Amino acid sequence: MRAVLRRLGQLVAVLALVSFGVFALVALLPGDPAAAILGPGRPPEEYAKLHAELGLDQPLVQRYLDWLGGALTGDLGSSTVPPYTDVLDRITAALPVSLELAVLGLGIGLLIAIPLALVSAYREGGLADRLISGGVFAVLSVPSFLMGLLLIMLLVDELGLLPRAQWVRLSESVSGNLSHAILPAIVIALPEAALFTRVLRNDLVRTLREDFVLAAKAKGMPPARVLVTEALRPSSFSLVTVLGIALGTLIGSTVIVESLFSLPGMGSLVVTAASQGDFPIVQGATLVIAALYVVINTGIDAVYGYLDPRTRRVAL
Amino acid sequence: MLLSDPRAVRGTLLTRRALALRGAAMALAGVVLLALGLSGLLVAVVNPVLVIAGLVLLYAGSDRLIWAARRRRTDLLLGLAAGWLVLLAAAALLAPVLPLGEHEDVASTILEPTYLPPFQYLDHPLGTNGYGLDMLARVIYGARASLTISLMAVSIGLVVGGAVGVVAGYYRRRVDGVIGILTNALLAVPPLILLIVLATVLDPKVRNMAIALSLLTIPTMVRLARANTIAYSQREFVLAARALGATRLRVMARELVPNVVPPMLSMAVVVISSLIVAEASLSFLGLGIQPPQPTWGNMILEAEAGDTMTQHPSILLVPGVVLFLTVFSFNLLGERAQQRWDPRGAKL
Repeated sequence: MRAVLRRLGQLVAVLALVSFGVFALVALLPGDPAAAILGPGRPPEEYAKLHAELGLDQPLVQRYLDWLGGALTGDLGSSTVPPYTDVLDRITAALPVSLELAVLGLGIGLLIAIPLALVSAYREGGLADRLISGGVFAVLSVPSFLMGLLLIMLLVDELGLLPRAQWVRLSESVSGNLSHAILPAIVIALPEAALFTRVLRNDLVRTLREDFVLAAKAKGMPPARVLVTEALRPSSFSLVTVLGIALGTLIGSTVIVESLFSLPGMGSLVVTAASQGDFPIVQGATLVIAALYVVINTGIDAVYGYLDPRTRRVAL
Repeated sequence: MLLSDPRAVRGTLLTRRALALRGAAMALAGVVLLALGLSGLLVAVVNPVLVIAGLVLLYAGSDRLIWAARRRRTDLLLGLAAGWLVLLAAAALLAPVLPLGEHEDVASTILEPTYLPPFQYLDHPLGTNGYGLDMLARVIYGARASLTISLMAVSIGLVVGGAVGVVAGYYRRRVDGVIGILTNALLAVPPLILLIVLATVLDPKVRNMAIALSLLTIPTMVRLARANTIAYSQREFVLAARALGATRLRVMARELVPNVVPPMLSMAVVVISSLIVAEASLSFLGLGIQPPQPTWGNMILEAEAGDTMTQHPSILLVPGVVLFLTVFSFNLLGERAQQRWDPRGAKL
């Protein structure tokens, strides 16, 4: 119980620090939001008036507390770039896209990784194992934007297999949405699949040396069944951890893929806002991304302790 | 049961001759596949598959040939990776004195042919881009930017992260708690988002990019240094130094740091490869070093514009392959270094 409270305390401290860091960093940016809104060449009184309206004449800590108070009640301010939309609306519109990509990518990643890891671990050091391990190492060395461009070149331009145009919302048309989401999801999935394969293979190899696997084999259980029913579950432990971390990081790390395929997710929201100097959006979106990451990770640590009693005592 | 031939090469059941023959056959098959793939005679999609299969076979064949010649296994891949990095670093270092084409001054290349394909012209070995700039020169100057930024960033990370980590690990309690929250806060923002936010604040220059990227390395380095410090500060030699009256500063500087540095250095090699990727990604998003100064990221961005990529694949492939080889080499080197100086070995 004390451990749980300590964890929660740490969580709050981390979130407070992140929010202040993001706020201070963005607030210290060169460039004046008032000048950006009004345009140059107006009389100084107008700028001063807008400063007062935006609260920019207050000290930094005061502005931070105001902003944080707003953030806690769901008010993240509004964009400083026309059409001055509400920040929270923009985030709630972008978040589902990123979440869908992350979940779809992880799903495809698992679909690729589990069979590869099983084949690889079944004959450790064999030809298939060496080829798969080599492939995994190579895929992990390809930056995701390069992977995306290569896949576009191959699948879209050469073969004309998949469309690469406007994003279709899931609520509008399920099939239209999926056909647009599949290629970005594959680009996200490949490096994750490589990582999953590596983690699962190493655990499987260790499990396959255990006595109960030998016993199952000795009783004449076919190899495929030994692998799937006996070895897979006890070996999937690190995979669950890695999967959780991946889900937490992916929400912000789909930036590259979103910009490659011009998808309206969290990543492209931050990138466009950053390049336009639209500070409230950068602040709000970064806060949401960081908060999701911290909460998901804390949740995973809790699940981990629940799954394996041995880790409970070591928990910080 | 058959006993292996006493003339067999160590590590295999084959004689030298048989091993060499197999190696030669595999290498030959690899060369044939490679040539077939590169000639572009077959359907588009088959070509990359052929090229990859050819390279794998060629590698496996050469590995066996060298194995037979030296009578023992050598880590050929590690040699190739190290060779590539040395070549790249030397080219990057010597770039201003090498007889290269123009890499960034668009005005001086008005008369040069644009979009030359690679491997066909002696004065432009890797072809030219849309402004007639020499691709080889751009790739080498890109390496200069990329390597400078990542080495600077990783050095800052090593020094700052190492110092903070050792202090946190040695003092524990309050200091450790505060530093823990700080590192967790840095880790809570996804690396690319952090970089994008920083890139809007900082002027995109080599020094600023290095500082921004070093923020990504510091949390990892702090954690590693802290864990090793905690492990080592339980050891007898630290107790002995304290019993002899050494100050805390002396214990940290003379007893702990020398033991904490080796695992950090092998981690640094792996970190460099992710820094190269991060720098390239930022440039690709248009937020890094700005054109016309070439980086691998903004060279690849050039290929994304319009249908450049389909019309002139080399604009994408030249920087892409160089980037891949570099990241791959650093990853491999880092993995081998970690196997050798395993940080977990420091626990006891």
